[in-house]
Amino acid sequence: MALIGQDISPPDLVAKVTGRAKYAEDFRAEGMVFAKLLLSPMPHARVRKIDVSRALAMEGVLGILRADEVPQADAPGESALTDEPKYVGEPILAVAAITETIAADAIEAIDIDLEPLPFTIDPLASLAPGGPNARLEGNTLTFGERGRELKSVKWTSSDFESLSEGRLPMGEPTDEWSHGDLDSAFDDADHVVEDTIIHQSLTHHPMEPRSSMAYWDNGKCYLYASTQSTQRAHAGTANQLDLDPSDLVFVGQYCGGGFGSKIAGSPINSITALLAKKIQRPVMLRITRYEENYIGRGRPGFQSWVRMGFRKDGKITAIDLYIIQDHGPYGRSGDYNTAGAITDLMYQPDAMRFRGITIYTNTPPRAAMRGPGGAQIVAMLEPLVDKAARELGIDRLAIRRMNVPDSDSRFGPNRGQLTGAFVREAIDAGADKFGWAEKSQLSGQRNGTKVTGVGIGVSPYVGGSSGFDGLLVIRPDGKLYIHHGIGNLGTHSMADCGRAAADVLGLEWEDCQVIWGDTSQNLPYSSVQAGSQTAHAHTRANHAAGLDLKQKLQEIAAATLGGSANSYRTSRGRVSGPGGSISFAQAAQRAIELGGKYSGEVLPDDINQVTTASATALSGQGVMGVAKDNFSHDGSTYSWVIGFAVVELDVETGDVQIVDYTGSADCGVVLHPRSLGAQIHGGSVQGFGQARSQKWVLDPKWGVPFSHRLYTARPPGILDVPLKMEWAAAGVPDPENPVGIKGIGEPPVGAGSAAVTSAIADALGGKCLCRTPLTTDVILAELQGRQPPHQLTEIHI
Amino acid sequence: MSGVETPVASTTSGHSRRTFIKGVVATGAAVSSSNYLFRASEGLSASERVRSTLPQLVTLSVNGQSRSVDILPQETLAMTLRYKLGLTGTKLGCDRAECGACTVIIDGVTHYSCSVLTKTVRDRAITTIEGLESPDGTLHPVQQAVVDEGGFQCAFCAPGFIMSMVALTNDHSNPTREEAAQALSGNLCRCGDYNKILNSAMRAAEYARRTV
Ligand code: FES
Ligand code: FES
Repeated sequence: MALIGQDISPPDLVAKVTGRAKYAEDFRAEGMVFAKLLLSPMPHARVRKIDVSRALAMEGVLGILRADEVPQADAPGESALTDEPKYVGEPILAVAAITETIAADAIEAIDIDLEPLPFTIDPLASLAPGGPNARLEGNTLTFGERGRELKSVKWTSSDFESLSEGRLPMGEPTDEWSHGDLDSAFDDADHVVEDTIIHQSLTHHPMEPRSSMAYWDNGKCYLYASTQSTQRAHAGTANQLDLDPSDLVFVGQYCGGGFGSKIAGSPINSITALLAKKIQRPVMLRITRYEENYIGRGRPGFQSWVRMGFRKDGKITAIDLYIIQDHGPYGRSGDYNTAGAITDLMYQPDAMRFRGITIYTNTPPRAAMRGPGGAQIVAMLEPLVDKAARELGIDRLAIRRMNVPDSDSRFGPNRGQLTGAFVREAIDAGADKFGWAEKSQLSGQRNGTKVTGVGIGVSPYVGGSSGFDGLLVIRPDGKLYIHHGIGNLGTHSMADCGRAAADVLGLEWEDCQVIWGDTSQNLPYSSVQAGSQTAHAHTRANHAAGLDLKQKLQEIAAATLGGSANSYRTSRGRVSGPGGSISFAQAAQRAIELGGKYSGEVLPDDINQVTTASATALSGQGVMGVAKDNFSHDGSTYSWVIGFAVVELDVETGDVQIVDYTGSADCGVVLHPRSLGAQIHGGSVQGFGQARSQKWVLDPKWGVPFSHRLYTARPPGILDVPLKMEWAAAGVPDPENPVGIKGIGEPPVGAGSAAVTSAIADALGGKCLCRTPLTTDVILAELQGRQPPHQLTEIHI
Repeated sequence: MSGVETPVASTTSGHSRRTFIKGVVATGAAVSSSNYLFRASEGLSASERVRSTLPQLVTLSVNGQSRSVDILPQETLAMTLRYKLGLTGTKLGCDRAECGACTVIIDGVTHYSCSVLTKTVRDRAITTIEGLESPDGTLHPVQQAVVDEGGFQCAFCAPGFIMSMVALTNDHSNPTREEAAQALSGNLCRCGDYNKILNSAMRAAEYARRTV
């Protein structure tokens, strides 16, 4: 029986339940000392003077690392330490000492003189005439004829007049695209909804803070850190440290969550490595929860406006969308552009215009967070689709079934195509599992002080990339060794993707060993474990390597036993054919004798150099399967989750309880049912937090945060979610993956968030509050007919 | 050079319980990184400071073993376990009683070990995640239940949740799903895998009933 589609026990689970699993902060080295960071107390400042003499004179202090000792990135890039901090909490320097307390005391003994610089925490404040810029070079980044350019964009005061009419100011955008004839598509509409919508920024807060430990031995750096993507973090960190990749060993076997915040290593890791080098001692840098809030990345917020046109039957004719993105101080985050493309993809309007601008702010740096761009926009737009459905008297499920794309649909500025889309199948499977027909009847029911609301959230996101390498070896012990450069985030994909190779060979899971998490173990070139890429990319890569390995086994059997290679089959650890059969163990031994391509001495020339190096190191140990994924990949791969939620809203307190939830996926062939359920539920729960509780609260006067811990920006706990959640899947194979699988990490977040924002609007009788998070005070103000506790476009509140 | 477990004393300056709490409160606004540990306090006299910074040899009962260890007065149990006794299965997710990753069982009751001073638990029976397996390697029924349910994702929260499940199944032989959720509500899972965690807890209770 094929392994794909079965529940398996991941190979690391016993280590996880016994406490033997080692995360970065669990490693020790002889003579290890501790580091602490000095964080900026100001949202934007320049270091005038730092006097470290008192700190250096303290007993036990071993050294200090300053910004000029770490590689400085070109603007708008981020460096690990800086003399021009651009947010409260940005690391300025690091101290190493024999104990952590001494390091912390030494930080207190540093005399630092900071010159405050203009700052902003609100993109609109920066866009206002004469408004402050978050960066000295400007407030936005554009891509024009002269390439990448940091610019200062200010709008006119007349651009801001719309505020008094309750509409988002919309001046000159930096990004704009459209398709179709927007005016005539709005003319075709029988009904139009329009609103200003705010999605606040929030922090990733993985459970494991990004602590790391490093030491040097013989010119080689050994770094123990938390990453989503081992091989890519290795390459990225080597680059950051200006090291030859062979001089860095990156160990990241277990990652305590990342959600996009630890994709390919964190800048902070290089501090540990450089400090260890400087003082010639192993250094542990423990990151506190408080620090994690600052340096641990966040999801960009949106201040946006949308107008949507509907025909009487519910067909969406036109969408006009404007997004101002709250960017943080560094880099280039594309969430707002993705949000535009996703809007077009999921609603398939006849015409669409997207306009947007991203504005640097002096708030913590942003990074992709699970479903970047998509998870924000679906939670904002789905309640508005409900509003139109309600006003047009159309069933909310029907309006979605009508507008979602199918496999022939096009979308976005380039009218791109999909590998396939089976969204209606997923909607139907979910509606069935959830019991939409009965549960939608609960809408508006009153029980004491509680009103029931029912919601749906449709959420698409990219579900896979391609072109990476697979690396497999069957050794003379007869076992298949699957080398993986992807990380171990707990999605189980580091184990699950290997099943594509095992299935080609007809092997049992017990005969497979997964090698991961340590770059000294010879890992192949891999995708980042982000953007739901791995389940797609690495089932393909392992399928390719599996086919290569199978071919070699067949050839070895034919050479040994006679007959043609094609007449041999592989199954249960044996290669059998007309001349009899040999075991995989014997074939491995034969491969070592034969050499050449069989044992990895001769390698394909299209594989990445990282794979070549790893395969070369593994050569001569058995029969090797190594290949690049060259399968066709025509169109963009998108996965979908449709969330269905029932909430109970207490009209006296404004409290909301999510009492029922089902998530249904279009993610191709189901690779690992139980793990798929976990992804759908876990991602949806993150969406609940986004819809209900998570945000940053910043003081507008000083730019100082009030919410920097878990309890002040609280993710959902076990009592905030339904006692039992369900899931379903369409199960239609993706036409462009030979094993039919698509990734699923991203879309559930938007589905969970949108199902809840939609259910809350339903409980409020169709009133869209058009803002996240929908905290109790926001809901209560609405219920009591009071002014909301915020201004129309206000954020970080 | 790697993999050598070296006990590292990590705290030297002294604090009373009160200044510890005050330190927690103050960190929000300070230009400080002193979050895990305590700053040299201006509030203490010189003699108090000397007295409070001296390590003291104590004996702890951890996982049924008697362990002698030098501790500082302000040292938390999580730090003693992780940095002096080599028991890194207990995790620190927040170090401030917000997440439950550091949950251990002390005399049958769950505690956040990040918020328990080691010196206060000298005569108490401490159980950590490492103490659940039998010496012959048989998993505790709760651990087995989690394995059988494929429980947890990143699992950084797992040791804490598992300790809470152990306390739950010790106290209630037949909890409802709702009671299990209440019992686990002091633990946070950022991967949001609560459904599977509750499935694991219910299965754990079933296994525990079978083993008694
Ligand atoms: S680490 Fe103790 S409660 Fe979070
Ligand atoms: S499994 Fe990741 S925090 Fe719980």
